Amino acid sequence: MLESAFFWLFGGLAVAASLGVILSRNTMHSVMWLILCFFNAAGLFFLLDAEFLGIILILIYVGAVMVLFMFVVMMLEVNEAVKREGWLQYLPVGGMIAVILFIELVAASTSGLFGSEQMAMAAHMGADVNNTVEIGKELYTRYLLGFEIAAIILLVALIGAIVLTLRERKDAKYQNISKQVHVRKEDRLRKVSM
Amino acid sequence: MDWLDMALQAVIWAAEILAIAVPVALAVAYTTYAERRVIGWIQVRQGCNRVGPYGLLQPLADGLKLFLKETIIPTKANKFLFIAAPVMALMPALLAFAVVPFGETTLFGLWETTHVMAIANLNVGVLYVMAISSLSIYGILMAGWASNSKYALIGAIRSTSQMISYEISMGFSIVCVLILAGSLGLSDIVRAQEGGLFHWYFIPLFPMFIVFFISGAAETNRSPFDLPEGEAELVAGFFVEYSGMWFAVFSLAEYAAMFLIALMTSILFLGGWYAPIPALDFIPGTIWLLGKASFLVFVFIWFRATFPRYRYDQLMRLGWKVFLPWTLAWIAVIGISTYTPGLSDVIAFWQPWR
Repeated sequence: MLESAFFWLFGGLAVAASLGVILSRNTMHSVMWLILCFFNAAGLFFLLDAEFLGIILILIYVGAVMVLFMFVVMMLEVNEAVKREGWLQYLPVGGMIAVILFIELVAASTSGLFGSEQMAMAAHMGADVNNTVEIGKELYTRYLLGFEIAAIILLVALIGAIVLTLRERKDAKYQNISKQVHVRKEDRLRKVSM
Repeated sequence: MDWLDMALQAVIWAAEILAIAVPVALAVAYTTYAERRVIGWIQVRQGCNRVGPYGLLQPLADGLKLFLKETIIPTKANKFLFIAAPVMALMPALLAFAVVPFGETTLFGLWETTHVMAIANLNVGVLYVMAISSLSIYGILMAGWASNSKYALIGAIRSTSQMISYEISMGFSIVCVLILAGSLGLSDIVRAQEGGLFHWYFIPLFPMFIVFFISGAAETNRSPFDLPEGEAELVAGFFVEYSGMWFAVFSLAEYAAMFLIALMTSILFLGGWYAPIPALDFIPGTIWLLGKASFLVFVFIWFRATFPRYRYDQLMRLGWKVFLPWTLAWIAVIGISTYTPGLSDVIAFWQPWR
């Protein structure tokens, strides 16, 4: 009873917040709405007893990814007139994608494959079942290969991003800390006999 | 569940919220007093000594003054976010205290088993604290952006990049603690350090202890990492446009975050509520924990009085080129020695899960 009330609360707020993301004029407000949406998604995870996933969602997406989003949005100069321009031009493609996605979602949810009788509905486990431990065991034993592949892909992306932005400027002055620390009096000071 | 039960539950929740918010607010007020007195003492001057005996009523006078000040909202500011920003800064700072275990108690023998003195004894407590404290960026970011002022914006951007950089090394130093304690719950981590000074994690993890504490100073924008506020170049940084009580809410959040870092350092590295010698355990654990945290708060103030402010590129260098490799290397050291025969017997001293 209380659980379904919370489900409707989190789910409803998540839908409302995601509408806010696309409907608000101010990009900064959009980002705030998206943060609210992530919070509610985390709430849904908590309802499913997946507290580890919920916390990680907040930690990674709200705590790090959205901060960078906001950073970029803050730096951008958003011009309302330019944003409206070409609105009609993009409408057919965008509308088509939206319609296809909508049909897919409706078809999938009404096909009965995701009905409550098809899913293994686990009852709530006891408080002593720690899903952090369970996820860790599964991830590092059964899915170790997939996990490592994902890690390698992320590493490659990381190095790629660094290589793309790394431009050594010849005219910029760099500080070499160890050189500074190791400087001796004799390097800087010369006695001249007059 | 009838209405009486629900009403009772609501009263308990309200009491729990007050039990955190009121002491934190009082502690913040008297830390400002302590800060002024300690810095005064370090700089061979008096500090505040006019209002009340030894100036003890000074924080109350300051609070009253801030209440009576006019709150100014700049004309070109985004009004909604300008007002929401201080609230968003304070909220995570208070929320994170919900999982801090202040000790173990039987309530003077009333309960048969010992209970952990925390509002919520989560089994993912460390992650919760990390997640919630990473939200405090938003208050600063919003304040900087909504003020529609250059100084505020630059302060907010500095603060954000600083907090993101240091959060990483903080997270990695916590990973070392987790490998030793074998749990994400804060009370389990404290229990893993039972048995006196030599069981505390600052001994096997000494570099991580230093990294965590210094990153904490950077995370809470304390000096010598208080570039977001840099008076000399940014006037007061992200809260330059705020006045009166809104400004006070920002400093409340900053000091509350400082307490949280002090408490977390004591819990993760300094044995939490345990005494350094088991014979001293007759003194309640809460006093030990708060004593350790108070000492660390004193160290924060000491930092402020002794170190000059970092330059921005030095700050970034420290975070990315010094702390990050250190923490990664120490994770490898701890991880390898956990599973190497011979070494694992040494490290098992700190690993009660074996």
